[in-house]
Amino acid sequence: MRIKNQKDFWAGVLIIVVGVFFAGIGTEYKFGTAARMGPGYFPTVLGVITALLGLLLAAQALSSKAKSESIEQFDWFVLLLVLGSVTVFGLLLRPMGLAFSILVLVCIASFASHEFNWKSALINAIALIVLSFGIFVYGLNLQFPLWPKFLVN
Amino acid sequence: MESLLTNLGVGFGAVLAIQPVDIFGLSFSLPMNVVYCFIGALLGTLIGVLPGLGPLASIAMLLPATYALPPLGGLIMLAGIYYGAQYGGSTTAILVNIPGETSSVVTCLDGYQMARRGRGGVALTTAAVGSFFAGCVATVVIAAFAPPLAEVAFEFGPPEYFSLMVLGLVGAVVLASGSILKAICMIFVGLLAGLIGTDVNSGVSRYAFNSPELTDGISFVAIAMGMFGFTEVILNVARREKREVFTDKITTLFPTKEDWKRMVLPILRGTGLGSLLGILPGGGAVLSSFGSYSLEKKIAKNSEEFGHGAIEGLAGPESANNAASQTSFIPLLTLGIPSNAVMALMIGAMMIHDIQPGPQVMTSNPDLFWGLIVSMWFGNVMLIILNLPLIGIWVKLLTVPYRLLYPAILVFCSIGVYSVSNNVFDVFMTVGFGVVGYLFVRLGFEPAPLLLGFVLGPMMEENFRRALLLSYGNFSTFFTSTLSLSLLSVAALMVILVALPSLKSKREEAFKEE
Repeated sequence: MRIKNQKDFWAGVLIIVVGVFFAGIGTEYKFGTAARMGPGYFPTVLGVITALLGLLLAAQALSSKAKSESIEQFDWFVLLLVLGSVTVFGLLLRPMGLAFSILVLVCIASFASHEFNWKSALINAIALIVLSFGIFVYGLNLQFPLWPKFLVN
Repeated sequence: MESLLTNLGVGFGAVLAIQPVDIFGLSFSLPMNVVYCFIGALLGTLIGVLPGLGPLASIAMLLPATYALPPLGGLIMLAGIYYGAQYGGSTTAILVNIPGETSSVVTCLDGYQMARRGRGGVALTTAAVGSFFAGCVATVVIAAFAPPLAEVAFEFGPPEYFSLMVLGLVGAVVLASGSILKAICMIFVGLLAGLIGTDVNSGVSRYAFNSPELTDGISFVAIAMGMFGFTEVILNVARREKREVFTDKITTLFPTKEDWKRMVLPILRGTGLGSLLGILPGGGAVLSSFGSYSLEKKIAKNSEEFGHGAIEGLAGPESANNAASQTSFIPLLTLGIPSNAVMALMIGAMMIHDIQPGPQVMTSNPDLFWGLIVSMWFGNVMLIILNLPLIGIWVKLLTVPYRLLYPAILVFCSIGVYSVSNNVFDVFMTVGFGVVGYLFVRLGFEPAPLLLGFVLGPMMEENFRRALLLSYGNFSTFFTSTLSLSLLSVAALMVILVALPSLKSKREEAFKEE
């Protein structure tokens, strides 16, 4: 059994997993009857249908009539840097304040680009800090810790 | 006719109402809603022009910013962002051949070709004029059709609402591009995701695993920004494309007399087509622009010119596109059902402002309802003002390198997500959805249907439950009511039509031009 359409096969598998997950946990909630539906009714039914859809998708990928498609290489570098930069932003926001967090976010994220250079990344960071303060803090009056805790105290 | 004028009058009154406002410590009295409309159109165009961000991502990004505004102002601004982004996307499509989103693909076909021949300015003007005309007509269409539709909506009970939502989801899948099975899978995943949180009927916390943040359900903004903002950024940075921008060839803005003559009929046809198709659940800008292009190409005497800079191939779709964007508000405003992913975002915004979308909005909040509709006309006026004279600025913006742009997107999204409930967890959740979105796209899924399913999931469950409660568990309740039966039949018909081989190939052909 050769997987002709790899993309669709794994896509189907993913969907099956999601469906089974929701349906499985759904059985822990009260199912009830059609007339008086418990919290578990809708999610379980939907989960089962979802799993079946995933099965259909995966099965289609196994048939001999499927187009040969493989999954291109994941861009781990970009993925980790871009999402990592936002995660770090989230972690730094409370302790270090908005200004520093933006600086770190921009520097880490910019590094992911193939056109990266330090100077423009830093200038971009400063510009964005100024812009964010202007729009979000002074303009919209949103509440943020602005500066590092150890400096303010 | 008289009531139409009265309603429009209420709308104008709401939009032009003078409100006191504090700017940097100084007090002013301004028609703030007009200001919000302008800001929305401006921001929308700005973001829409920038390659890599479509209307969906733009609205998702600016959604939190509108929470601080009063309800009507917030909605007006969001609507402005929507058609502003649509128009900005057309600018990018014409000058850089990058479609900001699916409906701009058609604009790329002839618009870019016109730009390559030095007729970029004319193309931009054509798009602006066509869109403006279509927008004005669509506003009147909405104003005229909304009250009777809302009347019909009052006849809707839980079974009818459920069937309508089914139709909406089916429509969104069938009229979308790409693999239908995958789109359906996305919808179901979205429906399931929407169920996470506390079940309204029983108070039971579902799929929350004792996490207080999840007990309230997944943050709508997190899912929108994660899957449409972050995922886009990751994909674009990884793609590292080199773009050819035709910015220096804009000499004349004004079309010739010959051009004007040629664009009149396509604009009229496009407006009509777009206004109609926009109302359909699942319809909207994409279907209308493709439909208009096919129509114009079929009836044109110069069909060989299409794809090489035919002005008809630009005027028609642009008008259809704008008309559909506006009329797609109709199902939202009259029935409370979002007909596409963008409307799903709007409904999210309405619920945050404590407005329950549905037919009663028209009678309980007439200011809001008619104000929003009239603001669309204002928005169109502002777009014409913003886009033609200021074209030079937008063009300069296109030359901003992406390496500076995407960190800005990340910053604004992160701040935006955090600001909704001052909760860092939301930021992490958005990152999670960025990963999920990337995974889905790599496996060949399109994330937009997921958002629609996410918004409709809880509503569908509620109506399904209620329908069966009222019928004592009898499933035939969905088929005994004529309205419900006809809605489900149309949905079934759509599914059958799409499965038929002959129409399947036509559909693939239409989307092959992407």
